[in-house]
Amino acid sequence: MLATVREANAIVTIAYRDMLKFTRDPSRLIATLVLPIFFVGLFGEGLQVALGSRLGYNYLTFVFLGVLAQTLFQSTALGIVSLIEDRENDFAQEIFISPISRYSLIFGKILGESLVAFAQAVVIVAFGAVIGVPVIWATLPGLILVALATCLLGGAFGLILLATMGSQRAANQILPFLIIPQLILAGVFNPLKGLPLYLDLFSIIAPLRYAVDLTRAVYYQGQPAVYKQVVLVSPGINLLIMTVMFVIFLVVGTTLFVRSEHNK
Amino acid sequence: MQHTGEVLISQQRNALQPPQRTTTATVSSIPMIKVERLVKRYKREEVNAVDDISFTVAPGALFALLGPNGAGKTTTISILTTMLNPTSGNVVIAGYDVSKQARAVRETVGIIFQKPSLDLNLTAEENIRFHATLYGLYPFRPSYRTMPRAYREQIEKLSTLLGIREDLFRSVKKYSGGMKRKLEILRSLLHQPRVLFLDEPTAGLDPLTRRSLWDYLQLMRKESGTTVFLTTHYLEEAEQADSICIMNKGKIVSHGTPTQIKAELVKEHLLIDAEDRAALRAELTHLHLPFTETPQFRLPLDAGAIHAALKAIETPLTTVQTHTPTLEDAYLKIIGEK
Repeated sequence: MLATVREANAIVTIAYRDMLKFTRDPSRLIATLVLPIFFVGLFGEGLQVALGSRLGYNYLTFVFLGVLAQTLFQSTALGIVSLIEDRENDFAQEIFISPISRYSLIFGKILGESLVAFAQAVVIVAFGAVIGVPVIWATLPGLILVALATCLLGGAFGLILLATMGSQRAANQILPFLIIPQLILAGVFNPLKGLPLYLDLFSIIAPLRYAVDLTRAVYYQGQPAVYKQVVLVSPGINLLIMTVMFVIFLVVGTTLFVRSEHNK
Repeated sequence: MQHTGEVLISQQRNALQPPQRTTTATVSSIPMIKVERLVKRYKREEVNAVDDISFTVAPGALFALLGPNGAGKTTTISILTTMLNPTSGNVVIAGYDVSKQARAVRETVGIIFQKPSLDLNLTAEENIRFHATLYGLYPFRPSYRTMPRAYREQIEKLSTLLGIREDLFRSVKKYSGGMKRKLEILRSLLHQPRVLFLDEPTAGLDPLTRRSLWDYLQLMRKESGTTVFLTTHYLEEAEQADSICIMNKGKIVSHGTPTQIKAELVKEHLLIDAEDRAALRAELTHLHLPFTETPQFRLPLDAGAIHAALKAIETPLTTVQTHTPTLEDAYLKIIGEK
């Protein structure tokens, strides 16, 4: 087999295994679907009543788009972090000693976790439609591409966490500090316009911010009034920043990860 | 340490080898595994986990690394399989340097980990298939039916041999501990590794399952001619090896065939006694036979010398006993002393 074909073969194998494992694990299926529904339902619907009229746009839709991006990002990131535990347990051990490039290994894993996140996204979108988020069909192809970009960025972000944290315990302790503030800093529930300077600075380095903003930019592109109020920067700039972050995270993360694996 | 057992196995291996691997006879004298002055000290540790060890393993041999928990066995196997970088020293597997040619080494070896490495939610066939496509043996296909015929034939054959033909498409969760281990061995041999590493493969298995796993392993070895490197703390398993290294606290404390280790470390001895101890003492001294009094007379002699000694002694004896050490005696002595 040609070297490149072989790597592609390995990437597909790793990604497919992730998907298959997800579908065979009913408790994980349920758990990963409940949280976003909870977020959209509780925060979106609950706060719409209190804030909706003052904002001048539908708050439920605003939160829904934020949670959609956040779920894709976080699900992929956590999937990658789980490698900390997996590399000592199941088939993941086999993957680590196989004669394939470490980049293929990581990329296959990110791809697999992205597919799992996609499956969740489909359920969230269906739930959104049921509770009254308007489905704008024209934006759907764009949103799918944005969702893919969001997953890849989340996966690369997870890789940085994986490379810098030694154990699952360390990861469990540090993760809440990286995930919960990012909900606010990335504007999942809150409009980011008018943040105090020091929070704005933190917000700029939160990778999720760009994914959330891009998702809203694509969804609101046909509604100039809302777009102007909600979207922070143009889709092109968001996408550029996401690409740069992805490449840096992937290269630095893989290098650090391989080094930490071998030099214990 | 070269000895007849290994040479014999090397020749058998050459006969079984596919043509591309059958080279000149000199090949068998080149070790399959060569470890030179290997040292590993983990970060933030004061002592070396592996402390300056050297050994070689001949092609086709069954090699056992024996030692108590914490001796450095798993660390050694991790370095040999490119999972861990050594602090210093050289390791060459089938001609490839583990530090500089890690990928070539990975292609050459198969590994059975201490902890099972199967996806329990997947079927046995899926576990095997993912290994096969990961190693580039076959193109990836999403189901068994769509995999190439060669793959299906290989799986049919191997699973029949293993006795899991019926359970091939069942979740591995339903498998017993011994079946899981066998499945792992089957899987690790798919890419025809030249060296198979097994890190305590029988830990936690009942004696019957252990025996059947060994039979299977020996069968696989005979079929493929693979060099087997195993770590264990079961002596009776090490006793089946062509060559043994005993490790304790990071160092190799003994190295050789099971027979050599027994001979070198715990001497056979003869235990005799007489009513007239003074006469016996005088006679033994006169015959230049070495002895210690405990208060019986203990003579460190091997089987041949025992016969000669008994013929020579004329003092009437009240006790005659010979003592042949087991490997366990040798082992406990070694790890107790150091």
